[in-house]
Amino acid sequence: MAALETVYAIELRNITKRFGSVVANDGICLGLQRGKVLALLGENGSGKTTLMNMLAGIYLPDEGEILADGEPVTIRSPKDSFKYKIGMIHQHFKLVDVFTAAENIVLGLNDGKHDMKAVNAKVREICERYGFDIDPTKKIYDMSVSQKQTVEIVKVLYRGADILILDEPTAVLTPQETERLFDVLRNMRADGKAIVIITHKLNEVMAISDEVAVLRKGKYIGTVKTAETTAQQLTDMMVGRSVTLNIDRPKYENPLPRMKVEGLTCINGEGIKKLKDVSFVAMGGEILGVAGIAGSGQKELLESIAGLCPIANGSILYTPIDGNETQLVGKTPKQIKNAGVALAFVPEDRLGMGLVGSMGMTGNMMLRSWKKGWGPFVNRKDPENLANKIWHDLEVVTPSVDFPVRRMSGGNVQKVLVGREIASAPSVFMSAYAVRGLDINTSYTIYNLMTEQKMRGAAVIFVGEDLDVLLELCDKILVLCGGEVSGIVDARTATKEEIGLLMTTVGGKEAE
Amino acid sequence: MHNEAKTPLIRLAKREGIRPASTWLIRIASILVALILGSFIIMITGVNPIEAYGTMIKGSLGSKVYLQQTIKIAIPLLGCALAIAPCFKMRFWNIGAEGQITAGALAATFVVRQLAGKVPSLVLLILMALASLIGGGIWGLIPGFFKAKWNTNETLFTLMMNYIIIGVVAWLQIGPWQGRQGRMAQFPAEAILPKVFGIHCGWIIVLVLVVVVYIYMNHTKQGYEIAVIGDSLNTARYAGMNVGGIMMRTMFLSGAVSGLVGFIVASGANGTLASDIADGVGFTAITVAWLSQLNSFVMIVISMLLGILTMGADTLQTNLNVPVSISHIIIGLLLFCMLGCEFFINYRMILRSKAHGKEAASK
Repeated sequence: MAALETVYAIELRNITKRFGSVVANDGICLGLQRGKVLALLGENGSGKTTLMNMLAGIYLPDEGEILADGEPVTIRSPKDSFKYKIGMIHQHFKLVDVFTAAENIVLGLNDGKHDMKAVNAKVREICERYGFDIDPTKKIYDMSVSQKQTVEIVKVLYRGADILILDEPTAVLTPQETERLFDVLRNMRADGKAIVIITHKLNEVMAISDEVAVLRKGKYIGTVKTAETTAQQLTDMMVGRSVTLNIDRPKYENPLPRMKVEGLTCINGEGIKKLKDVSFVAMGGEILGVAGIAGSGQKELLESIAGLCPIANGSILYTPIDGNETQLVGKTPKQIKNAGVALAFVPEDRLGMGLVGSMGMTGNMMLRSWKKGWGPFVNRKDPENLANKIWHDLEVVTPSVDFPVRRMSGGNVQKVLVGREIASAPSVFMSAYAVRGLDINTSYTIYNLMTEQKMRGAAVIFVGEDLDVLLELCDKILVLCGGEVSGIVDARTATKEEIGLLMTTVGGKEAE
Repeated sequence: MHNEAKTPLIRLAKREGIRPASTWLIRIASILVALILGSFIIMITGVNPIEAYGTMIKGSLGSKVYLQQTIKIAIPLLGCALAIAPCFKMRFWNIGAEGQITAGALAATFVVRQLAGKVPSLVLLILMALASLIGGGIWGLIPGFFKAKWNTNETLFTLMMNYIIIGVVAWLQIGPWQGRQGRMAQFPAEAILPKVFGIHCGWIIVLVLVVVVYIYMNHTKQGYEIAVIGDSLNTARYAGMNVGGIMMRTMFLSGAVSGLVGFIVASGANGTLASDIADGVGFTAITVAWLSQLNSFVMIVISMLLGILTMGADTLQTNLNVPVSISHIIIGLLLFCMLGCEFFINYRMILRSKAHGKEAASK
């Protein structure tokens, strides 16, 4: 019988991992084969990263066993993991900025002094074999995000990894860079490596993988061959029931300019220009999408409009329906509010900026209304009513309106935040990565809420990362590249490739 | 070849949703552990631990006089813990209560020296209290101002401010304000707080403060601002709060209450000013505030507990000849166990055999 069984490079049997009362992984079985790419598919919070972290030696399973080449093993630390030739490329890179690529690659290797020439040569050899393109003597701070990722991959290959785990590797890449990464992965597969790619993007699964393992809410749903499945089937497995993957995009009659941004320039604490001469008009009754590689100035753009980021130059003119223009530059959030500008802002860092994690829904509703009313005491009644309304309207899962929002799941946290911001009846609604970390259903709820705001006549500015969604949801898309506007396109006619190109080029030039 | 020896012996896992009953069980257990450890220390000195603990209880609660003494110790601890609670809620680490007490006492003493004999006693006492509020408040405001304007480190700043004001008082003591034998003169009778039930009326003031601070922290706009800043500075800015201004205001209020404690100690307990007037209260109050998890009503219990321990330690020394340092070790053990038990409330430990047993059971 044993002879008939496939011997997996790594096999997981009945792996269970709990965090307190939360079961992150529940009896999961999985096999990785050499020469195959396995896509680990699941919504955010379904336990993909937790599962792989147990292979990387970061967590220890509570139950179940791990087999390497058929032998039971215990992986207690990243060192153990490396011993079984497992290499994980995390979502957040762990590189030393002031070191060169090669120095980062040998960092932490305990084999005496390194001959950097030999290291460089070996790195070049690895690059050539798999089709990477990096200069081992280049410093990390001079590198683009995709180059940094390449360094991370070469690092694990240099250490002799045969089993590569990539955690959401395409989240930070443009469509073109993703294609290049996939070519490299195909080369590695041909070389007999076992590859796991963690993702929640279906088109990537279809493009690169041989097999797909699906997790849902910590449970193992099943493994299917990529060639024998469809995107719809995978979605159904992932979500647990049929969902339609269409976003409704109604047209608002007669949109009017709501906010004019001109020549906006922001310089951060280190004197680096995060925004350079940004100009655009946000129309009431339109969703303006903002696309760009992570860190291209999206955060600064929204925060400077909200009065949270110092502005070096430029103007932000707000035009309400009755026509009296207000200059927002130089105003604090309080002054903006007092000037009668109904600005709603769902920031990227929900618990760090938009909400108070230790308070319940009621306490968080007060964040917008705590100043209201006469006298030194706070009014808890109205916020509590609002909290109850949002609790029911948006189906927030929480035991009570006083349950700390920090302990809610990501989707519910976002519903609380978006619900509060919408309740202020905004004329400008800004959101950054509004659906990051949310399951498909909640994501669609949020999309619908934004479309609702648009149809109310509000100007919606939506910073997003999924280009497919941006193209389906928005009316216009502004593309940022290195803090500059590299183009504003009509979302109904633009293509993904066009936007991908704009993400890396300004005025036809390759960005630094 | 399942290699069990490789799994670590003890693993930690975060607990969630622990029942309140179990938390109290853990807390009581931690006190028992401390008492048992303490008995070994007591036995070294050749005294029966049970007798020693009995003496401590009797010596702090056993008679009216002892109880009054215990309450006298607890009053400044409670007042000062109430003072620093808003700062800690704001995650502003004010460890300068010691100095703020001294500054308050200094300001009150200044009023005594200027006005004693010229105004009625009640007016004098009220003016002393007001002066101590302002004095302590200013001493708290200075580090708050620097933190708000230039983001200086408040921990170091408040700590250093302690030494400055203590130094100033030490200089006044042997300099301009010197009385007989290098000490300051006692306050005249009209500058002494009246007694209620045999204890200076400071206890009424701090009990009123308990209610005021509770309401301030939980039901006012300013209390809400403090809670938001303590959770996240960015959220506070996002909500349009003037973070720097709130920090300065909170530090002024905190310093002011500490200053008032200084007035209570100087006028109620000591009847004079000395450079050691704060006597570590500003630091012990941090323990009180933390153990009470910033709940002002729990602070009454904790400050009384510390009063009992301190008073008990004194009696232990006089009655059984146990050195006072041994008592301090016991107090230290108690505090250590009480603070340390929070770890066991937040985490549980999984022993290897137990984890393996579970696995076997599930198969």
